[in-house]
Amino acid sequence: MRHRVIGAVIAFAVAVVAGVSAAQQPSWKPLRADGLHDPESPAIGLLQEPAAAMSALPPDTAGNQVRWVEALDKGYIAPRTNILPGTEVQVLDQDILMEDTAGMPIVRFPHLLHTEWLDCANCHDAIFERKAGATPMNMFTILQGNHCGQCHGAVAFPLTECRRCHSVARKSGVR
Amino acid sequence: MTTRRFSLRLRAVTGLLVVVWLGIAASLVHAEYGDVIINKRSDAEGVRPVIFPHWFHRIRFRCKVCHHELGFKMRAGSNDITMADIVDGKFCGMCHNGEVAWSTENCDLCHSGKPGLKSRVVGGHQTLGPGRW
Repeated sequence: MRHRVIGAVIAFAVAVVAGVSAAQQPSWKPLRADGLHDPESPAIGLLQEPAAAMSALPPDTAGNQVRWVEALDKGYIAPRTNILPGTEVQVLDQDILMEDTAGMPIVRFPHLLHTEWLDCANCHDAIFERKAGATPMNMFTILQGNHCGQCHGAVAFPLTECRRCHSVARKSGVR
Repeated sequence: MTTRRFSLRLRAVTGLLVVVWLGIAASLVHAEYGDVIINKRSDAEGVRPVIFPHWFHRIRFRCKVCHHELGFKMRAGSNDITMADIVDGKFCGMCHNGEVAWSTENCDLCHSGKPGLKSRVVGGHQTLGPGRW
């Protein structure tokens, strides 16, 4: 009886560990099996496979399973800032705190990380007014693909990662 | 005793089911997060739709290169791209000109999608991408 109990416990533990490690291990579908590329296309075999490029980058659990900001900061990748010689490359080191977040931690928006990738004109004034607080938005507009949701949930880390934006604790807890 | 043994077996079976479920869930992960299907004209013109791999391009170029210098609007689907424009050096043609990247003679490398796909951003495994195309 006892060895059966032990056997069942070990089987369960192995199953859980295997499940968790399978869930955390980044993996990328090959292009021929990604549901989008035509397996008959002559491009298969010529185009770079996602795993070939992204397995060498800092791993993440969401989105492309790559920590893109870390990949850039630590020099894993060196994407070009411009291809036209006359382009002014603008970077702004300024944090915006958004405190009107109901019970959630305050949002800290880092301009620096965003302008390392994007130009000011990508967001201002088409998506956000330049004046902080002047653009009405909430999680509903974001989840519908507006405001932050134009990129987060499409190409930047997805909206399941609440605490990456809601990252600053309130001093007195919930208001 | 029988009940207890059954509950232990049940736990083991549950554990195995979790593993199987995770395996199935992983196999349902399809296109890479941020892939853009562009099929405004391709099907009608008798070529495969374009699969634009956002991840591939951001490894080599920052967002600002395409979305600022090249003039691609941020919202997928809001750019009206024609092959005539590309051959003229606009949109993709700013780089896909045989100098920065392969030229437009290599139709199949971009037009590589399954026929009939609907234009959209493929959001990957956590969200379904933006709610509006």
